[in-house]
Amino acid sequence: MTGSTSDPTAVTQGDRLDHWVSSYATRARSMTASEIRSLFAVASRPEVVSLAGGMPFVQALQADAFADMVASLIRDRGAVALQYGSGQGDVRLREQIASEIMAPVGIAAHPDDVVVTTGSQMALDLVVRVFCDPGDVVLVEAPSYVGALGVFRAYECDVVHVAMDDEGLNPVALEEAIARVIASGRRPKLIYTIPSFHNPAGVTQGPKRRSDVLSVAQKHGILLLEDDPYGLLGFDGPYVDGSAPRAIRADDADGVVYLGSFSKTIASGLRVGWAVAPHGVREKLVLAAESAVLCPSNFSQLTVSQYLATQPWTEQIKIFRELYRERRDALIDSLATLMPEGMHWTVPQGGFYSWVTLPEGLDSRAMLPRAVAALVAYVPGTGFFVDGSGTEYMRLSYCYPEPERIREGVRRLAGVIEGELDLLNTFGRTPNAISTKGSNDLVQTPPTNLA
Amino acid sequence: MTNSRVLVLAGGLSPERDVSIRSGRRVAEALRDNGVEVEVRDVDDSLLTSLRTDPPSCVVPLLHGAAGEDGALRDVLDALGVAYVGSSADGCRAAFDKPSSSARLRDKGITVPRSVALPHAAFRELGAAAVLEAFTRSLGLPLVVKPSKGGSALGVSVVRDASELPTAMVGAFAYGDTVMLEEYIDGTEIAVCVIDDGIEVSALPAVEICPDGPFYDYQSRYTAGSTEFFVPARLDDTILAEAQRIAITAHTELGLRDLSRADLIVDVSGRVVLLEMCVAPGMTETSLFPQAVSAAGRDLGAVVSSLVDVARTRAHA
Repeated sequence: MTGSTSDPTAVTQGDRLDHWVSSYATRARSMTASEIRSLFAVASRPEVVSLAGGMPFVQALQADAFADMVASLIRDRGAVALQYGSGQGDVRLREQIASEIMAPVGIAAHPDDVVVTTGSQMALDLVVRVFCDPGDVVLVEAPSYVGALGVFRAYECDVVHVAMDDEGLNPVALEEAIARVIASGRRPKLIYTIPSFHNPAGVTQGPKRRSDVLSVAQKHGILLLEDDPYGLLGFDGPYVDGSAPRAIRADDADGVVYLGSFSKTIASGLRVGWAVAPHGVREKLVLAAESAVLCPSNFSQLTVSQYLATQPWTEQIKIFRELYRERRDALIDSLATLMPEGMHWTVPQGGFYSWVTLPEGLDSRAMLPRAVAALVAYVPGTGFFVDGSGTEYMRLSYCYPEPERIREGVRRLAGVIEGELDLLNTFGRTPNAISTKGSNDLVQTPPTNLA
Repeated sequence: MTNSRVLVLAGGLSPERDVSIRSGRRVAEALRDNGVEVEVRDVDDSLLTSLRTDPPSCVVPLLHGAAGEDGALRDVLDALGVAYVGSSADGCRAAFDKPSSSARLRDKGITVPRSVALPHAAFRELGAAAVLEAFTRSLGLPLVVKPSKGGSALGVSVVRDASELPTAMVGAFAYGDTVMLEEYIDGTEIAVCVIDDGIEVSALPAVEICPDGPFYDYQSRYTAGSTEFFVPARLDDTILAEAQRIAITAHTELGLRDLSRADLIVDVSGRVVLLEMCVAPGMTETSLFPQAVSAAGRDLGAVVSSLVDVARTRAHA
């Protein structure tokens, strides 16, 4: 047996296994390992039906044509594609974004107003970097995109959630929230909204709602940050014919910063997005972008540009829309058939997500281990709120699994929910409450595939 | 035909998959640094075919949770005649089910916390409120609620007020069908790792665990910097010797082999209480076993490599 010769008075400082623990910025304190994140490591296994991830179904792309196109790009323009580029982004791509891509959402912008970024996530990061000091108030929907909440948190913003209804951000609630912030002696810096096919809520602002929201922002002189990654992916209701909701930015070039992305219309792995901003803002975004990454990937930008120029991209979007409509149907039909009483969900007219409300007393975060053990995954609602609320919700995505797998996933999930209801019947229901256990771990550092 | 390659199994489908993958990478690197040829792979439905067609000289299972610690995988390895590092299937089963291992060790004179373990059906049939009230009265508050199987403190809560019990129960049942209610023991938390090279069973220096949070939960275990460790633990030599004796006794009594970790608490009176035995200790950058190995002046790769030799010899005996 190994003996010990320790002297109880000799050792005063232990080992924290990280020499830099006292050097980290305050904002890094909440960057911690989390039980809930660990479960998503299991969700990546093929046995698990993941209704959690927001990964576009890139397998629907024409792989051979894509490969040939990339090969010719390198052959013909390799010296440009493999070189540094402009901090604002490739001018030809900016022209295509301005003249072709944003036309369906009604935006008429000059290519100089476009800043190409490494995914629209980077555009979001740059906007917040440029506008927000620690403690500045940002108004967001309740719920809101987990990746945006992570950015706001990283810049130490004070995030205020604003209620939504079936048509998205509620302008009356927005007005009230602004009044409360102003009454507290502060001025909101940004209103962040996803008006089309909301992530995670799955709802869409109609034309009047957009107008009302914009009016509130204009009245108070607050910059509106419009995030629109799914705008071209409508497939039902007013968008069944392929028309896209008109962007809020189309009606106010000076009061709105618009964020767009090729992640869902071409491929998320390319990491190409953009911002359209008033010129003063745009200049700062470019300077901030150069400071962050020098320039976005020239290779990715030229790939996108070449794709738009040579491939039938509008036809490809039709394929995506049809594919996602079919999967949405599989999800909604399965929910209607299999789920127990007391649940409801949104029926999206486009995009990737349905927002599900659980029977009273169920906590989606606490239930996740049971779901993963049953080989199905979802994102607990708490990930979409900064304050730990949202326990009664879950986000289900239908973008990636095939319809048959979606049905199987919902079947498994229904069994999990039944089991959890059984537990609640045994131990008693408590009112839906704030989750106190690591409630913000997804907001802090959302796993990439949940975005 | 067997080759010299060592196969590290990491991943699996348990909630500790991420921990297992990190343990696997760490051990693989440590073995490679000792000149061992290593392959790391996940556990899936192609594993058995692979073991048959291209058998490694030895498997190092670093799977946590049910698949790695309930003995099933090791039964399969035995059936295939593949050498592996670690406890046998029977040993795993003896340790993995916390209520039965606790009872067995209590019978051998080891101090363990008072506890009860009940499946959901028992609460349903007898009435949860009455059952919880009875056990709250007998065990006192605070008390620890945890799944009867599994590690990394997943599903574990320290309940300080009876009103927190229903939520804690639901949280623990999310990780398993049976839940333990355990007496809470206030004191210094330590871990004693045991190495059994087939000749001698020895205990490594005790690691004292001082988490910043209220207890050594998942976040404290896997966030570097959030727990302070003292190796050897800042306790009297007599207490440390007692902790090591208990770890070795538990290892032996449960029929474990090669390596294990005893999680213990030393209360204010100096009483050493065994919380549980782990047959698949974590090997991540923040795990306890590598710290104990290092404190003993040994190299992790060399230790695992020597256990690989033990396993190969055992398989060929």
